[in-house]
Amino acid sequence: MIPALIVFAYLAVVLYIGIFAFRKGSSSSGEDFFVASRKLGPMVFLLSIFGTNMTAVAILGSSGFAYQRGIGVYALMASSSGIVIPLTLWLIGTRLWSLGKKHGHITQVQFLRDRWESGGIGTFIAIVTALMLVPYIIIGVMGGGSTLETISGGQVPYAVGGAIVAITVVAYVFFGGMRGTALVNTFQTVLFLAFGVTAFTLIAKSVGGFPATMQAISEGPQSFLLTRERMPAEEFFSYMFIPLSAVMFPHIAIMCMTAEKVTHFKRTVVLYPICILLIWLPSVYLGVVASKVIPGLSPSEANDVIIRLLSQNTSPILAGVLGAGIMACVMASDSQILALSTVFTEDLFAYYGGRKKFGPKAEVWAGRTFIVLIGIVSYVIALALKEKANIFELAIRFAFSGFAALAPVMLAALFWKRSTKWGALAATIWVVGCIFANWHLTNISDAIAPKPPKRPAASAMRGGPAAGGGPGVQRGPQAGAPGAPVAQPSGAPQVTGDGPTPAPSMIPVAQGGSPEGMRPAGPGAGPGAGGPGAGGPGGPGGKKKPPTAVRIFPQLGDLFLRGPVNVTIYGFLPVFPMVVGSALLMLLVSLITPPPSKATIDKYFSK
Amino acid sequence: MKIGLALLVAAVLVLHHDIWNWKDASLVFGFLPVGLAYHVGYSLLASGTMAILVKYAWPKNLDDDDEVAA
Repeated sequence: MIPALIVFAYLAVVLYIGIFAFRKGSSSSGEDFFVASRKLGPMVFLLSIFGTNMTAVAILGSSGFAYQRGIGVYALMASSSGIVIPLTLWLIGTRLWSLGKKHGHITQVQFLRDRWESGGIGTFIAIVTALMLVPYIIIGVMGGGSTLETISGGQVPYAVGGAIVAITVVAYVFFGGMRGTALVNTFQTVLFLAFGVTAFTLIAKSVGGFPATMQAISEGPQSFLLTRERMPAEEFFSYMFIPLSAVMFPHIAIMCMTAEKVTHFKRTVVLYPICILLIWLPSVYLGVVASKVIPGLSPSEANDVIIRLLSQNTSPILAGVLGAGIMACVMASDSQILALSTVFTEDLFAYYGGRKKFGPKAEVWAGRTFIVLIGIVSYVIALALKEKANIFELAIRFAFSGFAALAPVMLAALFWKRSTKWGALAATIWVVGCIFANWHLTNISDAIAPKPPKRPAASAMRGGPAAGGGPGVQRGPQAGAPGAPVAQPSGAPQVTGDGPTPAPSMIPVAQGGSPEGMRPAGPGAGPGAGGPGAGGPGGPGGKKKPPTAVRIFPQLGDLFLRGPVNVTIYGFLPVFPMVVGSALLMLLVSLITPPPSKATIDKYFSK
Repeated sequence: MKIGLALLVAAVLVLHHDIWNWKDASLVFGFLPVGLAYHVGYSLLASGTMAILVKYAWPKNLDDDDEVAA
């Protein structure tokens, strides 16, 4: 219980910071509440924008994902984000800041409405982005609930932990607005950056040094965790598009408006990749180490693997301090809640007459009311979905891909004079359509989805409750049990491999809506097998991969494949065709529709 | 200059796909898998690339907005 008490103390501190910010701000100004009067200094700006972008995915998701899929997770998500996000902040963020300052915009929708001379398109995009943000917020509540449950050894149940986190976040966002959120994020970022280094050092000592552990992994059945041999090239390529989502997330776009000076972006874009390195490297590395130290966790248990590792290898007090670091990461949902409230207030309530009718003070109170409502709804959904979806899947499938596919809309608005509202509308409809299509394909293929292999018990497995009172490591099937089983769906053709499946091992299970080892390869796959990317890294020439993908529509060949978790298009994650389609529609539809007025072009493109 | 910087960014993006490390499980310094070590280096390269962009491709007209704001 000691670690949980330390985490509670941490929650009290962030609550205090929020209330402190409340005292410093003006309670009646919308600009003060929603964008901290555009007065954030360079360090607070860097740390808060970074902290805002780090969610439960960064520590819990990445380590759990690495536990199953290995070191490739760092390249897949961290180093790609380390280049793409700073590029988008430099290219898009600075322009949004400038336009926001010049024209008084607080949200990106306000800019898009004005840029395309259309209220309707703005409302449509506001609703779409708001809906896509909801899963992201739920991640925070889910992560908070499961973190507190694990840290307290089950004494704080998931539902209570989630409620505590939700209430704390809602309280300091309610009182402190953007200033409180930014200050809390700054504090949290410092905490979880320190977390990475500390956890790395302590666990290294405890497990008898990393070289021995890594050596043992490289000589065992899990040696694939040290490579990307089971990571299809198409999936790897697709992930490069995911970080495009960053600047399209309303909370990041709004955060871009808070910098006091545009020069604050300079330090941010240069240091951003280093910050990502400091938090993701330990998380991914420790996830791989855990595969040896705590083998046999199921995919959902793997989300807590880093907490289990800490519980087993550090003292309760240190585990509590480090748990607070994890909580800092998990609680990044604060800025999403504020952003969603800002979207409701500015883009809907104020735009449709609320500001005129009730005045600016009512605008702030409308924002606060939305914050409470969002908190309640997110909590209810987090409880309902606990057993149905894991945090990573929620984020990737719907929010990340959708926001990434909206990036061409923003790029066109900022840099292409000839882009039109019709192009933007077509691109947005495409994004929404793709999300529904993905959802539909996932749904109809659930019955034929290959089942994840059962996990073998490793000889070193520790059964029973984890030290520190964690919920414990469940025992898997007996060692030597048949591995790599693939469901043989009746009536659905199985894309088969070209030989024996690998020996029973910890075959990674996609958590992020990503297919793993799913390329149909070899003659047994029939026509179309060995399609794009099958010959790439991870393709022929390496070890045989488990046959874990089925064709959804056999007559269409490999166009739509279904893996254990996700649907892919010729092996690519949906985000890739979504971004390309969105860009093409923006281009083509803009060219065949009337351009914006000269006044608008002069307003946004004159030097 | 602009073309050179665009090529630099393109090259950095291409370098992310280190297919030569795909199946290599060797350890750097005895504890860091080579595929991970490469991407640690890549993160540093990303930071350096952004420093170059900030120095040579910063949108100067936005700095004017700074002065107006001040």
